[in-house]
Amino acid sequence: MADLRSNLAGIASPNPFWLASAPPTNSGYQVMRAFEAGWGGVVWKTLGTPIVNVTSRFAGMNYKQNKMVAMNNIELITDRPLDENLSEIAKCKRAFPDRAIVASLMEACERDAWRELVKRVQEVDIDGFELNFGCPHGMSERGMGAAVGQHPDLIARVTEWVVEASRVPVIVKLTPNVTDIRFPARAAARGGAHAVSMINTINSIMGVDVETWNPIPHVDGKSSHGGYCGPAVKPIALNMVNDCARDPEVGIPISGIGGVETWQDVVEFLLLGASNVQVCTAVMHHGFRIVEELADGLNRYLDARGIRSVAEIVGGAANRITSWNNLNLNYKIVARIDQSACIHCNKCYIACEDAAHQCIDRVRQPGGSTNLVVDEGHCVGCNLCSMVCPVDECIEMVRVDTGRPAQSWKERAAAMGEVG
Amino acid sequence: MAAPVPSLGEPFHRPLTHLEVKLEANRCLYCYDAPCMNACPTHIDVASFIAKIAAGNLAGSARVIMDANPMGASCARVCPTDQLCEGACVYRKDDTPIRIGDLQRYAVDAAMRDGTRLFEAGAPTGHTVAIVGGGPAGLSAARDLRRMGHAVTIFEAREMLGGLNTYGIVPFRLPIETALWEAEQVVELGAEVRTNVRVGRDLAMDALLAEYDAVVLACGMGGVPQIGIPGEDLAGVWDALEFIEQAKLGRDVGALGSRIAVIGAGNTAIDALTCSRRIARQASGGGEARVTMYYRRGERQMSAYGFEYDFAKQEGIEFRFFCAPARILGEGGRVKAIEFVRTRLETSEGGEAAVPVSGTEFVEPIDTVVRAIGQSRLVETFDRLGIAHDGGVVRVDESLQTTRPGVYAAGDCIFAKGTREAMVVEAAEQGKRAARSIDTYLRGGA
Ligand SMILES: Cc1cc2nc3c(=O)[nH]c(=O)nc-3n(C[C@H](O)[C@H](O)[C@H](O)COP(=O)(O)OP(=O)(O)OC[C@H]3O[C@@H](n4cnc5c(N)ncnc54)[C@H](O)[C@@H]3O)c2cc1C
Ligand SMILES: Cc1cc2nc3c(=O)[nH]c(=O)nc-3n(C[C@H](O)[C@H](O)[C@H](O)COP(=O)(O)O)c2cc1C
Ligand code: SF4
Ligand code: SF4
Ligand code: SF4
Repeated sequence: MADLRSNLAGIASPNPFWLASAPPTNSGYQVMRAFEAGWGGVVWKTLGTPIVNVTSRFAGMNYKQNKMVAMNNIELITDRPLDENLSEIAKCKRAFPDRAIVASLMEACERDAWRELVKRVQEVDIDGFELNFGCPHGMSERGMGAAVGQHPDLIARVTEWVVEASRVPVIVKLTPNVTDIRFPARAAARGGAHAVSMINTINSIMGVDVETWNPIPHVDGKSSHGGYCGPAVKPIALNMVNDCARDPEVGIPISGIGGVETWQDVVEFLLLGASNVQVCTAVMHHGFRIVEELADGLNRYLDARGIRSVAEIVGGAANRITSWNNLNLNYKIVARIDQSACIHCNKCYIACEDAAHQCIDRVRQPGGSTNLVVDEGHCVGCNLCSMVCPVDECIEMVRVDTGRPAQSWKERAAAMGEVG
Repeated sequence: MAAPVPSLGEPFHRPLTHLEVKLEANRCLYCYDAPCMNACPTHIDVASFIAKIAAGNLAGSARVIMDANPMGASCARVCPTDQLCEGACVYRKDDTPIRIGDLQRYAVDAAMRDGTRLFEAGAPTGHTVAIVGGGPAGLSAARDLRRMGHAVTIFEAREMLGGLNTYGIVPFRLPIETALWEAEQVVELGAEVRTNVRVGRDLAMDALLAEYDAVVLACGMGGVPQIGIPGEDLAGVWDALEFIEQAKLGRDVGALGSRIAVIGAGNTAIDALTCSRRIARQASGGGEARVTMYYRRGERQMSAYGFEYDFAKQEGIEFRFFCAPARILGEGGRVKAIEFVRTRLETSEGGEAAVPVSGTEFVEPIDTVVRAIGQSRLVETFDRLGIAHDGGVVRVDESLQTTRPGVYAAGDCIFAKGTREAMVVEAAEQGKRAARSIDTYLRGGA
C-alpha cells in the first residue's frame, strides 16, 4: 500500500482527496458522513455574512445519454448563521482529528471585516483558511468573490490582511474568469498566501428552454450567468494548474479543482503540479462513496509502478508542457486500423473525408465487404479518426520513422536564420 | 376508419418506453453509409431517423421513414428485422444491435397519434394510373405516383384497403388501425379508391388500358390451396387466411373445440396457430386448448422466421414434425380426427423431399383443422387479364413491366418462391420501383 498522505502548505491530511467548498460541505451532518466515507479533508461551504438564496439553482449539461458532463449553479455562499457553522466544525474536528478542515471565507473588501471574520473562525480548531475570490455570480456583484479575484492588487491586499491575522495556512482560491491565471496567482503569492487553489467555476449560461424561452435554470422567468463545473471543465483546470505550477513567480503549492471524478483525474492533476485535489460535482452526482474508488485506484496505480508515496508524483509531468515552438516537427505518427476489430461504421472515413485530410479509403474486398484503409503517405497524424472510432484500440496511432533528427520550430527558425 | 376490432390480447411485442427509446437512440453510432440502411429493402436512412429521435424531432423522423417506405408503420411491426436492418447493424458483432424496428415504431406511432401530415401531392401531370389491388404494393405505388403528380385510381376487390396488412396478419402483431392509417396517408394525397371492384371479373384489362395511361398489378396471391386429401370439405376445416380474417374483423368463428391442428410451417401457419389458440382460450374462459402444428418436414426446414417460431413456443403451441395428413375423418359432417403418416426426408436432384413412410399411420383426435400451406396463385386472374405468368407468378422485366406495355406489377404477385417468405417491405419497395418506372414511361411517352 502506497502512502497516500498529503500535505498542502502545512495542512496535513490522510489522503489527497478533499471536498471543495460547495453544497457537499454545507453542514456538520454532511461532513461527518464524508469523513466516514474516507475523505481526507474538506473545505467548508464559504462562511461570511449569511445570504439568501434563490430556488432553482442548478442546471446539468448532458451529452446524449450522459447526464451531468457539467453543471452550473447560481447558488451563493452559506445561508446558515456563522455560529451554527462554527460549532459544527468544532464537532467534526473532534470526531475526526486526523482530517483537514479548512474554512472558506468571503467578506466585503474591508480590512476590519476580514480580520474580525478570521478571528472568530479560528477560535474553533480549523487547519487552514481558503479565501473565496472566485464566486462568479451574485457575490461578485456585491464587490466580493470574483470581483476581487479579477483584480490582482485587491487579491494581494486582502490576502495580506488575512495572513496577518491568521494562525493557520492561508489558501487563495482563484477564479478562472481571467485571461491569464498566473497574474492573480502571483498576486496571492505576493500577499503571503501559503497556497493557491483553482479553479472556481466558469461564467456560463447553461441554456434556454426552446419551448418557453426561459433561461436554464430560471428564477421566475429570469436567470443570471452561473458557474460552470464538472468533468467538462477539467482540461481548462489542468491548463491553469500547470501554468501556475511552472511559473517561478507563483512558487507556492496548488490545490487542483475542476472536474475530478476518477483516480485517473487525480493522477493527472498531481502530475501537472497540484499537491492535492478538491471535488464537488462528482459528489453532487454520485455521493461521498466515490472516495473509496479514488483511494483504491490511486493506491493500485502507485503500487503497480512501485511508487511509495503520492507526494512523489506531484509535478511529475509538469514540464512536459512547453510552448508550441519547442515541439519536435520531425515526430510523425499515422493511423493504423485493426481490420479484425473494425465494425464498419465508416465514422473514421467520413471524419477524415469531411474534416481532416481525405486519406482513409473504403476498399472493396472480394467478399463484398469494405475495409477502411489509411493512406499513410498522406495521413497527417491528427488523431481524429481514432477519436471518433467507437471501438477502443481499433485505430492505433503509430510512430513512423522520418529519418530526420528532432527539430523544433525554434530550432528550425534559428537554422533558417543562419542560412538566410 | 372501421369499427374497433378486438386485438385478441396482449400485443406480440410491446412498444419501447420513453427511457428505452432515449437510451437506444443515443446508443446508435450514426454510421456513415450505414449497413442497416443498405440492408433495408426500402433503404430507410436509419442513422438519420434515429438521430432525429434522439434530437426530439419525431415528426422529422417519421418523415424520413415514410419517405423511403410508405409501409413504415406496419414494417416497424412485422419486418423480420433480424434478417434485415438489425441483422446488419454494426453492433451485431457484439449481439446487441440497435432495436431499429422498435425505434421506427416509436417515431411513426407519434406521427400517427399527432396526425402529422407528412407528404403533399405533386403538381398534376395530366397522366392517369390504375392500380389493381390496394395492399402494400399497390398503396406504395399509389403514394409515390401521387407525389409525382399522376392521377391515381386504386381498384380493390375487398371492402377495405391494406391487403394482408388489414386482413391477413394477426391483430396482436399488426392492428388493423395501423394498416388503415397507412392507407389513409395515400388517400389523403388524392388517390381515388374504388373498393369492391375485382378487376378481371368486374372490369376488363382492356377497359382499364382504354381509360388509364398505365396500370400497376398489385393483387397479391390467393387463398390457401387445398391440401388434396379426403375430408377437406368437412365443417371445421378452415383456410388460415379466412380464419385470421374472421378473427381480425371480430367475427365469430364458431366453436373451435379443444384440439386444433394447423397444417403448415410458414408465417401464415404461425399466425393461424397463435390466433386460434388465443381465440380458443378466450372462448373457454382461459381453459386449455391444444393447438398443434403438423409439418411434413423438420424444424430446420420451417420457413417461419426464428422470432415467429419463438413467439409460437411462448404462446404454448405444440409442434409435430415429419408427419403429413393423409385424410381428415368426420362425424356428422364435422371434423373428428386426422389420420397422419410419418415422413422422412429424401434427397433427390430437386432437393429434399418429404416422403411418407408406409405403415406409420396414426390418428389424432382433432376438432378444428386450419390449412396453412402457403397461398395459391391467381392463375385465372392473370389469364383473364392477358398477362404472361409462370404458374401464377407475373413475368416482369427489370423495370417491373409485364409483357403488356404500360402494365407493371409489384408485390406478392411477382414473388417467386425463393429463399425467403414474401414480405411487406419487399412489396413496398417494388411498389416504389413500379411508380418510378411508370413515371419514366409516362414522361418519356408524353
Ligand atoms: C398470415 C400472414 C402473415 C404474414 N406475416 C408477415 C410478416 O410478419 N412480415 C412480412 O413482412 N410479411 C408478412 N406477410 C406477407 C405480407 O403480408 C405480404 O408479402 C404483403 O402483404 C404483400 O403485399 P401485396 O400488396 O403484394 O399483396 P396483398 O397484401 O395480398 O394485397 C393484394 C390486394 O389486392 C387485392 N386484389 C386481389 N385481386 C384483385 C383484383 N382482381 N382486383 C382488385 N383487387 C384485387 C386484394 O384484395 C388485396 O387487398 C404475411 C402474410 C400472411 C398471409
Ligand atoms: C482543430 C481546430 C482548429 C481551429 N482553428 C481555428 C482557426 O484557425 N481560427 C479560428 O478563428 N478558430 C479556430 N478554431 C476554433 C473554432 O472556430 C471554434 O471557435 C471553437 O472550436 C468552438 O466551437 P465548437 O465548440 O463548435 O468547436 C479551431 C477549432 C478547432 C477544433
Ligand atoms: S489521423 Fe487524421 S489525417 Fe490520418 S487518417 Fe486519421 S483522420 Fe485522417
Ligand atoms: S471508425 Fe473504427 S470501427 Fe468504424 S469503420 Fe473506422 S476503424 Fe472501423
Ligand atoms: S448500423 Fe446500427 S449503430 Fe450504425 S446507424 Fe445503423 S442502427 Fe445505428
